[in-house]
Amino acid sequence: MSLPSSPTDFSLADARDAVRTKKISSRELTEAFVTAIEGARVLNAFVTETPDRALEMADASDARLAQGEARPLEGLPLAVKDLFCTKGVRTTAGSRILSNFIPPYESTVTQNLWDAGAVLLGKTNMDEFAMGSSNETSYFKPVLNPWRARDSNQNLVPGGSSGGSAASVAGKLCLAATGTDTGGSIRQPAALTGTVGLKPTYGRCSRWGIVAFASSLDQAGPMTRTVRDAAILLTTMASVDAKDSTSVAMPVPDYETGLESGVKGLKVGIPREYRIDGAPSEIDVLWAKGAEWLRAQGAEIVDVSLPHTKYALPAYYIVAPAEASSNLARYDGVRYGHRTSDAKDIVELYEKSRAEGFGAEVRRRILVGTYVLSAGYYDAYYARAQKLRTLIARDFTEAFTRCDVLLTPATPGPAFALGAKTDDPVSMYLNDVFTVTVNLAGLPGLVVPAGLTANRLPLGLQIIGKAFDETTVLRAGRAVEWAADFAAKPDAWWRAA
Amino acid sequence: MSVNKETVRRIAKLARLALDEERVEPMMNELNNILAWVQQLEEVDITGVPGLTSVVEQRLKMRDDVVTEGNTAAALMANAPLAEDHFFVVPKVVE
Repeated sequence: MSLPSSPTDFSLADARDAVRTKKISSRELTEAFVTAIEGARVLNAFVTETPDRALEMADASDARLAQGEARPLEGLPLAVKDLFCTKGVRTTAGSRILSNFIPPYESTVTQNLWDAGAVLLGKTNMDEFAMGSSNETSYFKPVLNPWRARDSNQNLVPGGSSGGSAASVAGKLCLAATGTDTGGSIRQPAALTGTVGLKPTYGRCSRWGIVAFASSLDQAGPMTRTVRDAAILLTTMASVDAKDSTSVAMPVPDYETGLESGVKGLKVGIPREYRIDGAPSEIDVLWAKGAEWLRAQGAEIVDVSLPHTKYALPAYYIVAPAEASSNLARYDGVRYGHRTSDAKDIVELYEKSRAEGFGAEVRRRILVGTYVLSAGYYDAYYARAQKLRTLIARDFTEAFTRCDVLLTPATPGPAFALGAKTDDPVSMYLNDVFTVTVNLAGLPGLVVPAGLTANRLPLGLQIIGKAFDETTVLRAGRAVEWAADFAAKPDAWWRAA
Repeated sequence: MSVNKETVRRIAKLARLALDEERVEPMMNELNNILAWVQQLEEVDITGVPGLTSVVEQRLKMRDDVVTEGNTAAALMANAPLAEDHFFVVPKVVE
């Protein structure tokens, strides 16, 4: 391994090796990222920067390294989506209602990171309560995508909801970041920023201490620059946790093992329903290329059918708002969070604190959720959506009798301009058409950067796997990554700004 | 199915979300757009299909009914917008 020109160019894997072999100290590495973050504030990727804490943690790591006691992520600077509660560090969920909330406890996933020696650079911007696909619903203003189209200075969205994490990884403001994915919130921004994003199987990472959106769908996962880095980060993020009743009691393997063993003999399913009318032809072309890459490496390509795919998004937009309306009932202006200064009685205190504290998209989803759960409508909406969910999960079970993984496009298009989809909620929702099925069925999905559009914007491909088979998903993703050899980088225009 | 203004006011009340009168009609239109779109689920024959309530195939875990954490009142109150001696303060509820 040779040292890159700047420490911020390291992959997580290479930084780990460089720190362990004392080619660079954690402090030097951390200082480089702190400087990069300061120089990239125009991207608005962070809600809260924690440089002092980062340097303290880096020094502690260097002390451990000096004693030969390196842990798996010793001294490696990471960014954390502002949905993970971090003890003593403000955690906002991108919302005004939590804009002053300082958690007195640490989420299990982030505790796992600190126990492994990782360094916290800061908390990343996101769509409010993870509800959005462009990072434009954040109370803390939109995040800008480090990527711009060729010869254009128009700002583009980074996707969402984990837009700040994706922009930080793509803009080299951290080695890697955490995200959460309820309908595509890790994978869609990864695709739009030319980065790697993995949503693990539901139950693989503990949800404890992550601000809840839709509890039956939410799952934390890594956002990185390489597939190997995603494997490394997942190995630490994942755990079996008594504090989350849906955490599954399965031992966590070392996901890095076997990453390079190839796809010879692997059966890769191509679901015909993922070909949608009106999508740019570049998406289909890239998809066919991805299948060809895997075939050339010895995989067997099989056509499969997931007949209920088109119903996944509408089912999701019943289930997710329903769960959100219940989860967000806790914000009352009494125990924590924003409280109105203008209430004459207790009911008005609740109603005004919530109306002032939640943004437009969150209010809309709370009302949809309240409606579909209300007396007389439950069966027509919520119960029906839950049955559709069964049919969607069965589609996958059936497909996986014929193949080991599925290969699909990641998004229906590349990054789009700010404001392009904010007037019509449904057009925004359609961004998640290829990712949301996986959440409904609880399966793992990995997005890998695979190519560029004609005007030089990144596009991703998605690998979907069987429950708890992240190892095979990562192995197939590595094969796509190797063949795609995606080396394009955004021009660092934000540094001059 | 669609919602009218009366229903919008009712669900906003149920959700404890103040909604200015001039926002009722725009919100009604927004909700009806979404509800019209999810209506396509009615095409699917769901006879005999059970609802999926959990993707995790395991029994909910049980633990011993003992105190695992306690004496954290100060931490619990630390984020309260208004508190006195470990009590949350709200406008008068009982006249």
